[in-house]
Formats: sequence, structure tokens, C-alpha cells
Amino acid sequence: MIPFWSDWVAQLPFEWAHYGFMQSALLAVLLVTPLLALLGCLVVNNQMAFLSEAMGHSTLTGLAIGVLLGLREPVTAVVGFAVVLGILMFLMRRYSSLPPDTAIALVMAIVVSLGVVLLSRGGGFSKFSRYLIGDILTISPAAIGWLAGVLVLVLLVWCFLFNSLFVVYLNPSLAASRGFPVRRMELFFTVLVAVVVALSMPWVGLLVINSMLILPAAAARRLARSTRQYVLFALAIGILSGVLGLVTSFYWDTATGATMVLWAGGFFAASTFFRR
Amino acid sequence: MSNPASIRSCGDCCTRLVDFGVMLGGSAVLEHINLHMHCGELTAVIGPNGAGKTTLLRAMIGDLPHSGSLRFIHRGNLESAKPLRIGYVPQKLEIDNTSPTTVIDLFAATLTRWPLWLGQRASIRRKTRENLALVGADSLLDRKLAEISIGQLQRVFLALALIPVPELLLLDEPVSGVDRAGTELFYQTVSRMRTEFDLSILLVSHDFAAAARVADRILLLNRSILCDGQPRDVLLNPLIRQTFGFGFADTEIPDRHPLDHALRHEAHQPSPDGGRVLS
Repeated sequence: MIPFWSDWVAQLPFEWAHYGFMQSALLAVLLVTPLLALLGCLVVNNQMAFLSEAMGHSTLTGLAIGVLLGLREPVTAVVGFAVVLGILMFLMRRYSSLPPDTAIALVMAIVVSLGVVLLSRGGGFSKFSRYLIGDILTISPAAIGWLAGVLVLVLLVWCFLFNSLFVVYLNPSLAASRGFPVRRMELFFTVLVAVVVALSMPWVGLLVINSMLILPAAAARRLARSTRQYVLFALAIGILSGVLGLVTSFYWDTATGATMVLWAGGFFAASTFFRR
Repeated sequence: MSNPASIRSCGDCCTRLVDFGVMLGGSAVLEHINLHMHCGELTAVIGPNGAGKTTLLRAMIGDLPHSGSLRFIHRGNLESAKPLRIGYVPQKLEIDNTSPTTVIDLFAATLTRWPLWLGQRASIRRKTRENLALVGADSLLDRKLAEISIGQLQRVFLALALIPVPELLLLDEPVSGVDRAGTELFYQTVSRMRTEFDLSILLVSHDFAAAARVADRILLLNRSILCDGQPRDVLLNPLIRQTFGFGFADTEIPDRHPLDHALRHEAHQPSPDGGRVLS
């Protein structure tokens, strides 16, 4: 798969396309940006932008646990922790007597501190700082495989459960009156966001991962005349920002994740001038 | 005067709550609710803020756990705990201005599994258009929820609640924030649906005058049912003054709406907020 892809990209008439790391990174971008854009549509609809931000930051702790356990590829620890985190966030948001945003901030504060304490033990935090800004140029074929797997999962969910998730968050009581399993869907979606964010975080960057989730959807919302257009525009804006961000970061010698976000921010800014 | 003859209790289906209660966060929000509603009957629930009106509806649709029993007698007198088909019209929805959700999106997402982002099929568009026509809102099919009036939005939700035609329709303050003309149109539509489909309707309302005009019966709720009876009797009860701090004089209570007349009138002219009510 990857050799075939590399050969194909290498035929493109661009300087960057001849580098192996750019060929892998392009494939990763084409997987991770639609993944985040799709999920972002419902995150924005469901007013969960702060929750997903908190998830992004808390993911660091999954990584810390993986490192602590001495795993060479900490991805299993990251995913496992994301599931636990998703359940925890769901319970806090749904059942805590605190206001939901306070409950989320509380979980994030504790979880992130735990992660930093674990990773900084012995003064070695600096070697993890690459996760803060993301490092898509060093992505391994195995990690690309994980991203492809989770993209397929999200596409399946979007085919079979999109309408249910849509109704459940539009109005839980309306959904309950029509027999939708409201709590189970909310739990499922929260865990899904946690897992996707956790798997994408090392490549896009902990500081900016949430932007790639929120910005394409936020820009698409201003342009779309229907939910169908909303999802398709978000996908287009997400993928375009990703590819432009990757290529420009190559020439500017900047962090790829943040450069992608700047493009997405540019698209959002442009969308605000668009009058329906 | 309320007219007992208009209470169309056909008796072959009903909803019965026995010692129904809801606990939230360790305290009883509702307790000892005993209620018996027949089909074709419109019951209005009034009560102060925090009385548990919305909680009652949410527990009835299964969105909150409850104690006591909720029994349904279906047409054909089969008593069961299996719910009747319940239609539910929520309180005013919070929708941000940029929300791209359209009326057809709402219907397609609720009624079909075919994912919205792959487009809608002709069959659901046709069905939605037919049902919107029932409430005079068929022109709204492709409009965004964020750009139609609250009155139109509530009629859209009413149309949705009518697929499939329910036996019990729950309306949670359906016209809060709706202008006068829109409110009138909404109640006329509800009344017409009741006659057409022989629905039991439970209506939570802050508007006592409207409740007196459209309801067969009013419940005064404050954690439990304080008073239950015909609109005029309930509104003249001293408990009203004790609960709300104000009361009614007999002359202040409107008569039941001469509905059929209003409908005939309405059918010949465009409705006040732009939709058309079909006769």
C-alpha cells in the first residue's frame, strides 16, 4: 500500500513530493483531516467544543501511562485511556451537580497534571514536547494504519448512526419520546471523540488538535444550506487546509499541525464574509 | 361556559398514572400523581416554575426514571405497560444562528436511517411535505430551523409528532415565545388534529386564558396534583391564588373557543404568519 502510494506521489511535479517523509505525511493528512472534519460536524452541532479540547489535552496522560509501562508503541495505552476518559467525561458532564463546563475543566485539570507529573519524572519532559506541536512528518506506517482503521470506523458510524446521534443531541427528550437510546448514544459519541482525538493528537499536536476538529465545521456552517452540505463542505475545508498546511509548512519550515490550523482559520475568516 | 358535551371520551383508549412519582438528585420532584386521560381529551397542566410540569412529561416519555405505574389501555382494551404511541413537542429549541439543520433534515434524521449527509430520498420528502401540509407548513420543507419563526418551528415539531399518528400527544409549553397570531394558529391546529385523529393531549401551559379556551380539563400541579377539574372550576379555586399569588374573577375566564367556527374562518384566508391552514 505505502510503496504504491509513494510511487504515485513521487510522480507529482513538486519538489516536496520527492521526499519519503512528505509522501507518508500526505497520506496521513488525507486520513486525519477528513476524520477530524467529519467528527467536528457533530461536535459543533452538539456544543461539545470545550469537551473535545479537554479530551485533546488529557490524551497526554494516556501517552504517559504507555511510556510508564514501557510500551514501544504507546498507542494501545493511548486508546485504552481514551475510552476510560470518554466514560469519565460522559459521567461528569451528565451526572455531576457541577455546571457541565466546570465538571469538564475539573477532569481536564486533574488528568493533565497527572500526565505532566508522570512524564516529567526525573526532569525528562522535554523529549515529549514534540507531542505539543505534533509531528506528522515522522509518522510510521503502523500509525497510518491506525488512522486508516479509525477513519473506516467513523465512516461506518456515520453511515449507520449519524441520524441517531443527530437527533439525540438536537433534543434528548424528543429523541427519547421516539425510542432513541439517548444515554447510550451520548456515551458512545463521547468515547468516539476521545479515541479519535487520542489517535490524532501525536500527529496534529496537542495544542492545536481541537482546531482541526472545530474550524472546518464552523466555517462550513456559515456556507451550508443543509446538513448534507455542512458535512461535505467541512470535509472539503478540512482536507484542503490539511494539504495546503502540509505543503506550506514544508516550504516555510514550520510545524505542520499549526500551519494546517492557520489555513483552516483562514477559511473560517473567509466564510464570515460570505453572505447567504 | 365549559361544555361537558365536548369532552369526547370515547373510552376505548386511555392513559392512567397511578401513584406516579419522580426523584431527582435525592428529592421528590413529583409524587402521588394519579391521572386518568381519555382519548380525544385535552388536558392542560398549569403550575408555578419548578412545579415539575416538564419533569412529568419527560418521565412519561421515558427520558427520566419514575416510580408508581404508567399504564396504557390501547384501543381494544388491552391494558399494558407498553407505551401508547406518544407524540412529543418540545419546548422552544435553542438553535444557534449558523445551524444548517433544515426542516427536512429534522424529519429525515428522526424517521429514517439513511444518513442525512448522503441526501434525502424522495419518499421521505413526500411524506414530510404531506405532514407539514397538515399544519400549514409545507412551504418550510427546505428552510433552516434557525431562520423560521418560533411559531412556525413549533408547528413543524407538531407535524413531526404526528408521524406516526400518536394516541397521546404531549406538548411542553409549545407556544412560549410565540407571538399572538402564531399562538392562536398553533392552538387551532392542535384542536383540529385532536378532532381529526381523536388524540389525548397533555398540554403544559403558562397561559391560563389559552388553557381555559382550549382544554377540557385543567390540572394544577405543584409536586403533586393540587386541583383537577373543568377549566372554570380550577381557575376559580382558591388554590390558584395561594399558588400564584393572583386569582381570577368569573368574568375574566374566557369561554371555550368556538373552535369549528374559527377553523372554518381560518381555512379561507392565509394564516397570520404566512403559512396556510388547509381545511
